[in-house]
Amino acid sequence: MNFNHLGRSLAGRFGGMLAVLSLVSVLVFILTRLAAGDPIALLLGDQASLQDIELTRQRYGLDQPLLAQFLYWATEILKGNLGQSIFLQMPVTQVLFDRVEPTLSLAVLAVSMAMLIGVPCGIAAAVWRGKLIDQCVSTLAMLGASMPSFWMGLVLIQLFAVGAGWFPVSGYGDPGAPWNIRLHHLLLPAFVLGTLNSALIIRFTRASMLDILNEDYIRTARSKGLSEISVVLNHGLRNALVPILTVFGLTLALMIGGAVVTETVFNLPGLGNLVVRAVLRRDYPVIQGALLAIAGVYVIINFLIDVLYLVADPRVRHG
Amino acid sequence: MNSLATLSVRNLQTSLLQKKGPLNLVRGIDFEVMPGETLALVGESGSGKSLTALSIMRLLARNAQWQCQGEVLFKDNQGLEHNLLTLPEKSMRTLRGHRIAMIFQEPMTCLNPVITVGQQISESVKLHLGLDQSSAKASALRALEQVEIPAAQQRFQEYPHQLSGGMRQRVMIAMAMICKPQLLIADEPTTALDVTIQAQILNLMARLQKDTGMSMLFITHNLGVVAHHAQRVAVMYAGQIVEQGSVADVFSHTQHPYTKGLLACLPGRARQLSKQTGQRVALLDIPGQAPSMAITPKGCSFAPRCDACFEKCLQSLPEWRGLPAHTSLCHLEARS
Amino acid sequence: MADWQDSFRVLFARRVVLLAAVLLIGMLLMAILCTWVLPYEPMAMKVSQRLKAPNLTHWAGTDELGRDITSRIFYGARYSLAIGACTAFFAAIFGTLMGLLAGFFKSLDAVLMRLVDAMMAFPDILLGIALVSILGASPVNVILALTLVYTPRVARVVRASTLVIRELPYIEAAHAVGLSTPRLLFKHILPNLMSPILVQLSFIFAYALLAEAGLSFLGVGVGAEIPTWGTMVASSTQYADRALWTLLFPGLAIVLTALSLQVLGDGARDLLDPRLKGNT
Repeated sequence: MNFNHLGRSLAGRFGGMLAVLSLVSVLVFILTRLAAGDPIALLLGDQASLQDIELTRQRYGLDQPLLAQFLYWATEILKGNLGQSIFLQMPVTQVLFDRVEPTLSLAVLAVSMAMLIGVPCGIAAAVWRGKLIDQCVSTLAMLGASMPSFWMGLVLIQLFAVGAGWFPVSGYGDPGAPWNIRLHHLLLPAFVLGTLNSALIIRFTRASMLDILNEDYIRTARSKGLSEISVVLNHGLRNALVPILTVFGLTLALMIGGAVVTETVFNLPGLGNLVVRAVLRRDYPVIQGALLAIAGVYVIINFLIDVLYLVADPRVRHG
Repeated sequence: MNSLATLSVRNLQTSLLQKKGPLNLVRGIDFEVMPGETLALVGESGSGKSLTALSIMRLLARNAQWQCQGEVLFKDNQGLEHNLLTLPEKSMRTLRGHRIAMIFQEPMTCLNPVITVGQQISESVKLHLGLDQSSAKASALRALEQVEIPAAQQRFQEYPHQLSGGMRQRVMIAMAMICKPQLLIADEPTTALDVTIQAQILNLMARLQKDTGMSMLFITHNLGVVAHHAQRVAVMYAGQIVEQGSVADVFSHTQHPYTKGLLACLPGRARQLSKQTGQRVALLDIPGQAPSMAITPKGCSFAPRCDACFEKCLQSLPEWRGLPAHTSLCHLEARS
Repeated sequence: MADWQDSFRVLFARRVVLLAAVLLIGMLLMAILCTWVLPYEPMAMKVSQRLKAPNLTHWAGTDELGRDITSRIFYGARYSLAIGACTAFFAAIFGTLMGLLAGFFKSLDAVLMRLVDAMMAFPDILLGIALVSILGASPVNVILALTLVYTPRVARVVRASTLVIRELPYIEAAHAVGLSTPRLLFKHILPNLMSPILVQLSFIFAYALLAEAGLSFLGVGVGAEIPTWGTMVASSTQYADRALWTLLFPGLAIVLTALSLQVLGDGARDLLDPRLKGNT
């Protein structure tokens, strides 16, 4: 592997990621300041008296420049101190930790559904380009991008949970419930999230396959007498793996945002639901912590996608 | 027309169907390739020679609409004749890669970058001869050795971008020859290679042909190659074959003005002609450009650039003149 | 002039795009004219008529306060469409400015684009929620918040196009002649950007529509008294099990409008794509 080139590019990307993360933290700091007034007070918790806050400020020289306040706040964040939730009387880190599992499970399940729907549809649309199936797939993809997820969720709940009774109406199951009960609760929300976000996957897959199917090596494969299925899947799809993995990552990142609304509709105790409630209740430490966590994960996922692209670059592989 | 021919192309016409009307790119060509012989199809870029090959193999680009007419008769080694243009796709697939093989101009883009060289070669034998994994591998290794690739075991597991241009073309040849086809269509196989490698590849192909007795349709724009490696030649211009005959005949008793022009472009040829005629023959080029294929002219397509052109040339289509073994499409009287 | 006529013809050559345009114009007209054309007052409550299923007098049924849903949908269109249009408009203006500067001045490019990356690191809804909760729930604040959310998106597209246009020969020529930079930017480069900007406008309109609906549903939108489609869906959740139509029709309005906007944007993009490579 050409480590020199790879190393340089990776370092550049990593630097970029750090820059964005810094900006993200600045944005969160500003947002919290505008909303709650004093991010430092939030970190110290509502048990701290005004005196304590004043002392801390003086100790760290925080009564002066905004920059100093920001730096103190940022160091605390990096140390893992996200403050104490006003309503839940727990450290924010604990609150976030408790809520990660449902969101993660939902996201993974939804992405899997999205891929299972999106990739075959994208391939079909590319192979039969211009024909009816291509137009149907494209229209369905656009329909998916036009549908409010909460509305689709509510309608499906009415039809299949309340009406037909095939699915639980809401919730995540009792605490300590086994994985199959959890799965049952996740199916409908994952379906909503997955189908609506498959549009991007369909478009990416279709575009990649169209490019690939026009390449010379596909003609060579056909000239050997291989069946069309073999040509499309064995020779064609294999070249689309990098773009498909990329869109997998992008969709996963989208799921995080999508989870906010879906968790609220289906009453799942995940991060998204947490954020909404925290906003409605003005639980600023939680809002701050959740924003940082979610945006942070988003940036890291995008960075990993960049890395993937770099590693798969043929110049780097055997350069 | 000879019914012993491996490949008989009769009045092949290929048109690209566009919204504003069909674009006639191959305008009725006839030729034959006999068993064991090499027919060179020569022409400038845009003359339709690659399209001819793709029409025969039914590999025309799928993102466009095409119409092929005429007959393309292929005689397999059981003596059965198939019209390739009307054959159902499934039957066509049994022929492709097995009885009729094709190699292309750009070995880099023509090999799948994410599949190993060995796998790409073994694919054909696995498919057409039903060999299992290990026999296929052995067969592929033998094929690699036949095309003179050293360290075949190593190369088997490598990817196309790890090989040089010449080696990639050898891999293409190995891929095409592994099922011992009766007909090999080679579309400018050496054009993209270094000059020194070109000779190697051409000699390799000649040797393989002698060993296997297969027929070859060799497409090129390089007349120098034709002289050394083909028995018969057909010259294409603007979608039509304008002269056809044995290499010796066409080179020494050239009939068509275009062929004459092509030959005169060869430096070595100019020297030869000077020696022959005793006069200095300048290194010429053919003035003008190949015509746009959007218009089908009333008369001869070459007329605007022809220095022997007279009135009839512009007004009516030329007919085939000359002996059966050496013909040309021209209004000029054929000289023997 | 002939160029525009040509463009229109190509754009509407596809029946789907034509249909989308007709639908949008229809919705717009009904939004404006509904109080004159339709028999029912959108705000008129008639408790005796509450939660009636769709019938001949009330084509989409009535809601929990007896109000005619059809009228409310077209009346609510005023708010939903206005919010979406304003968001798209302002996001286009600020995004274009940002993208133009980033694409033209290399020194600004790095900074601005990192800022864009940082802003786009927050999922749309989340940022919208955060901003509205700071500013307070009202239509103006929703427009403000969503404008901030979607400006980076426009900025990215405009920047990409600017980078391409900057290299065009006649721009270089104008620069060489000594044209001042502001003139260069606004009189020469900007007109070339109109096409991708218009495409983005259509899509941002659709996204803003969906985002406002989501925000209103979550309770951090325009506020429950304002009849946007989002608030209508939000208030229908309690009654959805016995009166599905209260949920169905406002949602359909959102879907159809967003879909039409996206079809229109897609058609416009197809039209412009071969002419100007480099915009997504």
